[in-house]
Amino acid sequence: MDKQIYGLLAEFDTTTEIVVAAEKVRDAGYTKTDAFSPFPIHEMDEALGIKRTILPYLVFGGGITGLLVGLGLQIYTHVIEYPIIVGGRPHLSLPAFVPPAYEMTILLAAFTAVLGMLFLNGLPKPYHPVFNVPRFSLASREKFFLLIQSEDPQFDYGETKEFMESLKPQEVFIVDE
Amino acid sequence: MRDVQEIRDEIYPPMVEGSHDYASVTDKISDYTLKKRTPFGWFVGFGIAFLIVQILMFTVLYLLITGVGIFGNNQPIGWAFPIINFVWWIGIGHAGTLISAILLLLNQKWRTSINRFAEAMTLFAVACAGMFPVLHTGRPWLAFWMLPYPNTMGMWQNFRSPLMWDVFAVSTYATVSLLFWYVGLIPDIATLRDRAKNPYFKFIYGCLAWGWRGSARHWHRYELAYLLLAGLSTPLVLSVHSIVSFDFSVAQLPGWHATIFPPYFVAGAIFAGFAMVLILCIPLRVWYNMKDLITDTHLVYMGKIMLATGLIVCYGYAAEAFFAWYSATDFEVYMMYNRMWGGPYWWSYWLLILCNGISIQFLWFKRFRESAFWLFIISIVVSIGMWLERFVIIVTSLHRDFLPSSWGMFAPTIFDFSMFLGTIGFFVALIFLFVRMLPVISIFEVRTLLPEAEVKRHGYDHEHGGTGSIGD
Repeated sequence: MDKQIYGLLAEFDTTTEIVVAAEKVRDAGYTKTDAFSPFPIHEMDEALGIKRTILPYLVFGGGITGLLVGLGLQIYTHVIEYPIIVGGRPHLSLPAFVPPAYEMTILLAAFTAVLGMLFLNGLPKPYHPVFNVPRFSLASREKFFLLIQSEDPQFDYGETKEFMESLKPQEVFIVDE
Repeated sequence: MRDVQEIRDEIYPPMVEGSHDYASVTDKISDYTLKKRTPFGWFVGFGIAFLIVQILMFTVLYLLITGVGIFGNNQPIGWAFPIINFVWWIGIGHAGTLISAILLLLNQKWRTSINRFAEAMTLFAVACAGMFPVLHTGRPWLAFWMLPYPNTMGMWQNFRSPLMWDVFAVSTYATVSLLFWYVGLIPDIATLRDRAKNPYFKFIYGCLAWGWRGSARHWHRYELAYLLLAGLSTPLVLSVHSIVSFDFSVAQLPGWHATIFPPYFVAGAIFAGFAMVLILCIPLRVWYNMKDLITDTHLVYMGKIMLATGLIVCYGYAAEAFFAWYSATDFEVYMMYNRMWGGPYWWSYWLLILCNGISIQFLWFKRFRESAFWLFIISIVVSIGMWLERFVIIVTSLHRDFLPSSWGMFAPTIFDFSMFLGTIGFFVALIFLFVRMLPVISIFEVRTLLPEAEVKRHGYDHEHGGTGSIGD
């Protein structure tokens, strides 16, 4: 092989076909794999052996940070920095501090959910080798694709290609680096 | 005996009608953005809305040059049209978040074809709402004083005030709604990027899609993020209108100082919001020929939600009257008597009951609930009714103060009306731009509604459960 390739991409027509194929790829011992579909397929997580993401913990952390920032801001300004009596309420009037602290909790948790999802997904990523396959544009429309990367320790151009063809895809494409 | 399939179809009617597959739903929805020529009617509609935006611009300019004296606000009615319109708009936004978040958590799959433009409606309604509190101060260039930052004046905001809570609630609501909407759009923008022929559009959609490629690992995190956002937005949407209601109920004024306010306001917000969703989607599905995606079933469901929330609102009216009587406070009893019979604004109360109480009773009947025409009419009546509700709460409570010496009357000026009309034009213009530039229905979620999206394997489905919309 003279040319460096990124991996092999197999095209499928239905969800059932690609989930079955992904299970076979997993069972064959490949780990550097990925699947591409126009919508989420829940069975795929198990079929490809995708580990559960740490995102919920990050979001929890974001929410707690928001709560502390919200409470801290109000306690600091009303008790320490600018203590002024309004409506005869105590400086540390915690019940009144609940709404802003609550909104800050939601705000930071929501930002963590979105930015965390994009960060863990490695987005934004304007260039990716799979886009070199012209038919890959159908992955956002109607087709399903299964990828085995050349980085995979088990990857061997001839053998892997033969293996992928045995999964009965529509076609197998070479993905250029 | 009827067979199981027949009963199943009756309980779970199909949410996509006609013979559709992944490609046809994709093409159908994205072609309106990418391929089809802009219809003449779009230019007419957008043109009219844009002209109304100019009325808004003129009003705002005149307001900035002259001051808030151009509005009819006076003593004792210091709060009038600006706050009425603020609450009206912010309430309308609530249906979008309810559809996108609460119905997602409740696994209501019919939300899928209406969530995108309901969320857009939320954003635009919040944008309209935000203009009023900022502009009615008369000095909007100092609006940043509402934000807590260390300043040379050495002063800090009063966080014990519901008006300050409003700043936090509304700005968080606007931000989280925008995030929710944008996250939902990413896979669909990627579809547009892949299907666009024009290199400039391809570049713009490419930038907005952040390089989304539909990877299984990405979908896994995406769905979790979406579900978490829904979980966070659900209490948020309930808190926002609760906090808006605190603006009133924390005050000691008869007619405002009631514990019923938060739930009554939230129900009213959802009620008004669904009316606005119906007002928007009934013409949209006709003009854009989308009756197969936004089906009659969708309209019936929305009609039912409108009926349910409308009845909660009616309960709120009854509770207000009951509390006034049961409190045995002279001021409370007088407020209610004045609002219903004795006062100069009695007509607004009965108009409100007619619009919000009587009109929705027709939704009990199939004939009205299943007719798009009647749903549209009832929705418009409800929108007017919800505006009147805020008028009644604000103006009739304020115009009879505790001391008869400070009684007064309120008369709106032409600028009160032109600003309100202007924001309606602004809202409609944004809706027109949205339906032209972005997919009005979530394409990837509609794909999951198709029967072939389910992974069919003997024995597997029963053990692990089938696929569904996100959030399963």
